[in-house]
Amino acid sequence: MAAPGTQRWLPTAVGVSSIVFILAVVEGLIRVGLINRFIVPLPSEVIASFGRVIFEENILRRFLLTAWECLASGLLLTAFGVAIGVLLHQVKLFRLACETWVAAFASAPLVLAYPLFLVLFGRSSMTIIMLAFISGLPPVILKTIEGMSATRRVLVNVGLSFKLTPAQQFWKIYFPSALPTIFVGIRLGLIFALINVVGVEFLINFGGLGQLINDLAERYDLPGTYAAICFVILVSVIFFATTERVERWLTSAR
Amino acid sequence: MADISQVKRSPIPWLSPVTLVRAVIILTVLLAWQVMAISGLFYSDVVPTLQKIGTALVKLLSHVDFYWNLWATAQEIAVGLVIGGLLGLVAGLVVGANQFIAKAFEPYLYYLGPTPKIIFFPVMIMWFGTGAGSKIAMGVVSCFFPIALNIAAGMREIDKVLIKVGESFRANQWQMALKIYLPAMRHPIINGMRLGLGVALIGTLLAETKISNRGIGFLVIQAYANFDMPGMYAILIVLFVLAIGANTLVARLGGLDNIKQK
Repeated sequence: MAAPGTQRWLPTAVGVSSIVFILAVVEGLIRVGLINRFIVPLPSEVIASFGRVIFEENILRRFLLTAWECLASGLLLTAFGVAIGVLLHQVKLFRLACETWVAAFASAPLVLAYPLFLVLFGRSSMTIIMLAFISGLPPVILKTIEGMSATRRVLVNVGLSFKLTPAQQFWKIYFPSALPTIFVGIRLGLIFALINVVGVEFLINFGGLGQLINDLAERYDLPGTYAAICFVILVSVIFFATTERVERWLTSAR
Repeated sequence: MADISQVKRSPIPWLSPVTLVRAVIILTVLLAWQVMAISGLFYSDVVPTLQKIGTALVKLLSHVDFYWNLWATAQEIAVGLVIGGLLGLVAGLVVGANQFIAKAFEPYLYYLGPTPKIIFFPVMIMWFGTGAGSKIAMGVVSCFFPIALNIAAGMREIDKVLIKVGESFRANQWQMALKIYLPAMRHPIINGMRLGLGVALIGTLLAETKISNRGIGFLVIQAYANFDMPGMYAILIVLFVLAIGANTLVARLGGLDNIKQK
């Protein structure tokens, strides 16, 4: 029987070695000519082009621009999403009238409106930020309503027994209680924002990491294109994992 | 604070306070738009009047070209959803059924799921060309992840009693899949398909806006290229209504609404 330590690492090792094996098979198939190297570059060439893409294509500047666009849209969707969510929770008639609309809004392909935003805001970061903001708004609103509604009755009664004003009741009871759920919404909103930021950068050929992929593809730099795609995947995985950690920390703190 | 159960219900549903608030919000938005359009503060081409948008909407819906392009997009999405759905179903069943495989490969599905799929489009063009193939491939890549993850999670939540019943009848793997797993996972499958439909729609349409000569995405980018703003608003309105309608329909067919109400 395998030791507990081995049992923990074996699946990870199998996962990693499977990927390495697939890459080695692809490398071999390309080298013997079964896969056209003008369509799929050699994995070794892709790995070798990482340095070139990082240093020659100003990847740090591009990364910072994408990060800034995500941050700006994240701040906007947090401020507006939480405020709208709180408003809808406080005014029950508005909530009943609008909550289903917000949910429907979430399933609409809002990113398709990017040509409209191009006309409204021009080919600039503002188009990307506004589109990411609007696309990420519904989960923040819905989760804020959910978090506020899930506040335990006993906490609300404690606030009432201390004769807290409505403002104090909100800041001392409702908001701290709803914070972990609100953060789940903000996290979902930020993920939507990141997806839209990179996607719109790619589509309008402007800005940071999304534009880099488009640029390299238009130059027919296949290893570079694949390396840039890997870099974007890496960035989004790190972003996703970090926000997930923060969410877990907040949930456990409750 | 807010207790939504306390809102009085009108005996006439369409005269309820909620309906009235909704009507007031819609009228306010339309009125505000019309005031913006005729105020002269904005370019009339960018903020056209409601009449112009209405005319463009009627023109769009009465033109056969629109339905031809809608059909092209619908085909690409449907094929993408079928292929991606089947691949997601198989991957989800395999990952959900075996703990070791789940530990080895599920993190890749989990972390690749939220990445922006449009970045794969240059690769899809290389592999499948600039025609419908690359758009279908975008649909497949987009919907694969939510479907696989939902099915894997659903597989783990199957009532153990049902599995014991299947085993006590000595059902083979195929019978277990058809008689126990798939019926028990109806809701995760439908939910996965609903999420998959949403992202497949976005993936396919965005790909159409990048390189295409047909489809709704192509119509949107054509309207942009010709600076036909009323036409673009009309296409986007129809598209949003169709997307929301399709999402609601899939949820209703799968009985997801009933689950939420319980």
